[in-house]
Amino acid sequence: MSELLRTPLYDLYREFPDARCIDFGGWDMPVQFSGIQREHEAVRTKAGLFDVSHMGEFAVEGPGAAAFLQRMTTNDVDRLVNGQAQYSLICNPDGGVVDDLLVYKRAGDRFMLVVNASNTGKDFEWLGKHLPDGVTLNDRSREVALLAVQGPHAERILARVTPEPELLSGLQPFRFLEGADICGRKAIVSRTGYTGEDGFELYVDASDAATVWRELLGAGEADGLVPVGLGARDTLRFEARLPLYGQELSDTISPLEAGLGAFVKLDKGDFVGREALIRQKAEGLKRKLVGIEMADRGIPRALYPVYGADGRIGEVTTGTQSPTLKRNLGLALIDARYAGLDTEIEVDIRGKRLKARVVPTPFYRRTKQDEGGGKVR
Amino acid sequence: MSEVRDGLFYSEEHEWASAAGGQVVRIGITDHAQCQLGDIVFVELPQPGSSVNAGESVGSIESVKTVSEMYAPVSGKVVRVNESLLDQPEIVNGDPYGAGWIMEVEVEGDVDTALGKLLTADRYRELIE
Repeated sequence: MSELLRTPLYDLYREFPDARCIDFGGWDMPVQFSGIQREHEAVRTKAGLFDVSHMGEFAVEGPGAAAFLQRMTTNDVDRLVNGQAQYSLICNPDGGVVDDLLVYKRAGDRFMLVVNASNTGKDFEWLGKHLPDGVTLNDRSREVALLAVQGPHAERILARVTPEPELLSGLQPFRFLEGADICGRKAIVSRTGYTGEDGFELYVDASDAATVWRELLGAGEADGLVPVGLGARDTLRFEARLPLYGQELSDTISPLEAGLGAFVKLDKGDFVGREALIRQKAEGLKRKLVGIEMADRGIPRALYPVYGADGRIGEVTTGTQSPTLKRNLGLALIDARYAGLDTEIEVDIRGKRLKARVVPTPFYRRTKQDEGGGKVR
Repeated sequence: MSEVRDGLFYSEEHEWASAAGGQVVRIGITDHAQCQLGDIVFVELPQPGSSVNAGESVGSIESVKTVSEMYAPVSGKVVRVNESLLDQPEIVNGDPYGAGWIMEVEVEGDVDTALGKLLTADRYRELIE
């Protein structure tokens, strides 16, 4: 058993008496600081600060960098302008997902990839194996800390810790600033996140992370900024139907099955997995990821079997009681014949078959004009 | 630090039990257990009238993040369950030894004998330290 990894902020967690850490993909990470529901609600109505420094960052650079990424990822790298990021996937030749990631275009031949912590080693190896001459791949994960400020008050909180607040407020979704001044430290500031709310992600030098964390918490206190752990991060992303690798995505689940076709540009030219995905699309998807809601009393959880009239039709990938909606909801990867809205299915909850039905996703969608909360469907 | 209340009896699975008059034992989960679970959102209660055996699963308690089985600390018949937990499971977080009680079981033999098989408050404190 190897020792768990720690982010540069680990020693600050103990300042919160109710903070609890868990092993998350080999990292000793806070699952909560004060309580999952309270933290979840803070992000939906005010703001939350996340330490997500466990995420991996790779630098991909050189004259062939864009062509290399175009071949290794499913989204269209050629559509990116400098200062723009895109959500994308790395597929294997069978169309399964090696990882999902963000691709940041810093300059014509300079990119940053942000990958899942638990996949960092696998991704580095996979990309390295396909690396052409003239392109370099470097793992910067230990030098870079990543903090996320998420929620309707995120923009006004960040405006207090930068001399150029207008640059931040003008930042569109999936755009980023290089060398921004945050709490007197240099940061890459990107308008991205994993919560379904407005927000920013801040890439800072690992040695600056503690300063930025403390100053942000101080500056945001009046606006309700609280530290948020991975527990609420999971319920927040779940309500917004953002996939989590290892649950909605895996080496044997394709992005099409997971409902991520918008990020797979089959007409952009060749890329790893393209043939398999074209075939899958032509033959029709056999499985689909759907939203489910329990009709009987019970909470669906990951890996619980799902049944239809023909027997077992799949399994739950994520499930919980939605903290925002207080409904017992799940995402489930099931036989496509049962994927229609309102289809009645059953979930095997610890030996009991309980009734559920297919419902629309995302479960939660924020409204842009309403800062105070989101629209619920 | 979580509270361990003197005068109650405890199981190694983090339930508490106390004499509730006659042959009846009132049962709940400990402050330590609710603390470990976090925000409780769902309590699955046993059927009143059903028989339970000490050490066997009788229901479950779910937080946002996880599911935890609940075990009967004594054997007997379930005579009452705390139905207010169906709508307000968070009471278990707020008052685990009081309003957050879970069920009452009528034991067959002597109540003191049944409770005597469980841990005292001091022994339970040692267990969770």
